[in-house]
Amino acid sequence: MLTLTIDGKEIGAHEGMTVLEAARSVGIQIPTLCHHEALTSYGACRLCSVEVTQRGRTKLVVSCLFPVAQGLEVQTNSARVRNLRSGILELLLARCPGSEELQSLATTLGIKQGEFGFAQDSGKCILCGLCVRACQEIAEKSVLSFAGRGIDRRVATPFYKPSDDCITCRACAFICPTRAIRFEGGKLMLPD
Amino acid sequence: MITSIRSTVRLGSPLQLEALRESIVQKNDPSKCVIVICAGTGCLAAGAADVIRAFKEELKSKNLEDRVDVKETGCPGFCERGPLVVLRPRNIFYQQVTPQDIPEIIAESVIQDKIIDRLLFCDPRDNRTIIHEEEVPFYEKQTRIILGNNEEVDPTSIEDYIAIGGYSSLAKVLFEMTPQEVIDEIKRSKLRGRGGGGFPTGVKWDTCRNAHGSTKYIICNADEGDPGAFMDRAILEGNPHSVLEGMIIGAYAVGSNEGYFYVRNEYPLAVENARIAVERAEELGLLGDDILGSDFSFHVKINRGGGAFVCGESTSLMASLEGKVGEPRAKYIHTVERGLWDCPSTLNNVETWANVPIILKNGADWYCDIGTEESKGTKIFSLVGKINNTGLVEVPMGTRLEDIIFNIGGGIPNGKMFKAVQTGGPSGGCIPSSMLHLPVDFDELGKVGSMMGSGGMIVMDEDTCMVDVAKYFVNFLEGESCGKCVPCREGLKRMGQILAAITEGRGRETDIITLERLSVVLKEGALCALGQTAANPVMSTLQYFRDEYEVHIKEKRCPAGVCRALIRYEIITDKCVGCGLCVKACPSEAIVSMGKKEPVVMDESKCIKCGACFDVCRMDAVDKE
Repeated sequence: MLTLTIDGKEIGAHEGMTVLEAARSVGIQIPTLCHHEALTSYGACRLCSVEVTQRGRTKLVVSCLFPVAQGLEVQTNSARVRNLRSGILELLLARCPGSEELQSLATTLGIKQGEFGFAQDSGKCILCGLCVRACQEIAEKSVLSFAGRGIDRRVATPFYKPSDDCITCRACAFICPTRAIRFEGGKLMLPD
Repeated sequence: MITSIRSTVRLGSPLQLEALRESIVQKNDPSKCVIVICAGTGCLAAGAADVIRAFKEELKSKNLEDRVDVKETGCPGFCERGPLVVLRPRNIFYQQVTPQDIPEIIAESVIQDKIIDRLLFCDPRDNRTIIHEEEVPFYEKQTRIILGNNEEVDPTSIEDYIAIGGYSSLAKVLFEMTPQEVIDEIKRSKLRGRGGGGFPTGVKWDTCRNAHGSTKYIICNADEGDPGAFMDRAILEGNPHSVLEGMIIGAYAVGSNEGYFYVRNEYPLAVENARIAVERAEELGLLGDDILGSDFSFHVKINRGGGAFVCGESTSLMASLEGKVGEPRAKYIHTVERGLWDCPSTLNNVETWANVPIILKNGADWYCDIGTEESKGTKIFSLVGKINNTGLVEVPMGTRLEDIIFNIGGGIPNGKMFKAVQTGGPSGGCIPSSMLHLPVDFDELGKVGSMMGSGGMIVMDEDTCMVDVAKYFVNFLEGESCGKCVPCREGLKRMGQILAAITEGRGRETDIITLERLSVVLKEGALCALGQTAANPVMSTLQYFRDEYEVHIKEKRCPAGVCRALIRYEIITDKCVGCGLCVKACPSEAIVSMGKKEPVVMDESKCIKCGACFDVCRMDAVDKE
């Protein structure tokens, strides 16, 4: 058992826990998009970023991966953290302006959409990778993976073709936060 | 040195290594003529392969093969003047040599001792011709503790390397020092990682040595991918044994028995020379089981990179080595504790490894005499862009930018003005002329918003548009982003869109603030160093060349005349003599002749702004604004 401070509150945690787990264990909310407690943490959406101070040095880290440590000080809602979160959400909203999940997150975090004035795309998939990990870790099938690089990255089956390995368990569709991945007539429909 | 000696006897002790060295040196006749030719990628591209062939044929036809040796070496750095040839022992330096020059060189400078003036280097500043290699200003002002050896060895000959004292540091380390003593010596030398981060190498090794786990890995990062940077290629191509020796010493220090070269696949010569080096070192018992008769064993494999820029980042490189997609992961648990296959791993860059044997040979005190307080030793920079002497430059840390660019680099071509220098690769910052006095080391470059990076140095002249430069690097990084994290993937896309709009005359006054905010999101939020530093070109150009952004946005004008959408061409009728050159050159038929001696007429709606008319006009009658 070790103790750390989150938003001024002293908290007990076990070695090996992440800051996100420690915060949630005492009811402190940190927003996440690519995290799910049933799956390995991935650290891609960066929304759960928090400010940590360790040995006198302060830095931003993602709480879903950063391990707790004795004496660690965590700020989950500092100005620096809020700035980063609003920037990330703004970028995601420009990618998927129609996403209800993103819009409600923006409302919760008090972020005004369109502040950066980006051109609006019409995507649905935010590439959080929950479906990829669910397929790999829950269904143990690895039908889904990422293809392409950078802005061309997509969730895909091999060669974008229907996969015989898919057992239609629908874990991917269930876990998708933006409903970008669906099943139609029992068939897996990849995000556009 | 005679490269034809090929030893295959396994060396069982340091004494046997020393005996081999002495026998190689003794067989070498110091008065014999050796034609040293750079066979690095730069000179090969300039035609060195034909020059080498021509020398060999000429020597054969003149029956001189026994009297004259030809040595193909790695890159000495003066790529601008390749193919480079040095005639030893007199050290006559011939540059831009072509196969047609060979019979004359043999007849005049090899058989007789005449100098061919035409092939000498002529200093453009005072028109002085220089005969000897060591007197060429480009070399004279450098401190070439690493690169200097490139000219001494044929990279495919382990005997050449042994002759100059190669592997003697390894012998000393294995038989006279404990691993901890090696680490302490590297710590005392204050060697810092040359790949970009500048992390203290000794501290890295120490942490890896103390990390839990019986299997540990040594990795050489040779995935050099910065546009315009090629120092690691030159070292690995030109002196692969120095890198290998550094790795074996590192392995002994951290307690590793297995290592990898991760070499960019686009460097075929580096891959080949590293392969030969590993093979030969194994044959001689300098690599493999029971090295030099000690009980220390170390094995090395060569892995070719998959072509992703991000694989130069340590965690991506390790994922790629494991056979996975090369994507980074969080480094909250460092790779020295859990790296390749979750085992403690020491990853260093090519240049860092090449420094190791030199430090152990000469001692940490000697090394500490070179450089600044916190950055010791030398650094190799690849000096490219608008510079007279393109090439590789090795200088002590702390050398001022102006000394590198003007004294060694020979300044800006065609009498143009210096505008900026970008250091540190695509994620580096652009440093303006007011900061040319800056001493170059890890800390000073960081303070002004740039970085050392791996040592790229791109010089820009007055004709460069800084918004266009920022756009170029953002586009490069956008294409190389792996796409895993939101700030890098989405942020660079939006930055690219905004910069494109500004350069095309669609910029908005709020764009500068948006770029600044996005820069913070990238710097603070991105997962790996690629994304965290990707905004540097934008931030530094906004800091030092903000007025250029403003002119693009507010006046829809590109002061450097680069951004095509913002340029206008006009015929100055007073100056035009109606010669019709521009009419012929114009690909879009936008210029019409109105008869002899009558000024031509331009239809602006047809003009594609290619600038062909501007380039061909002899009367300066085309105005560009």
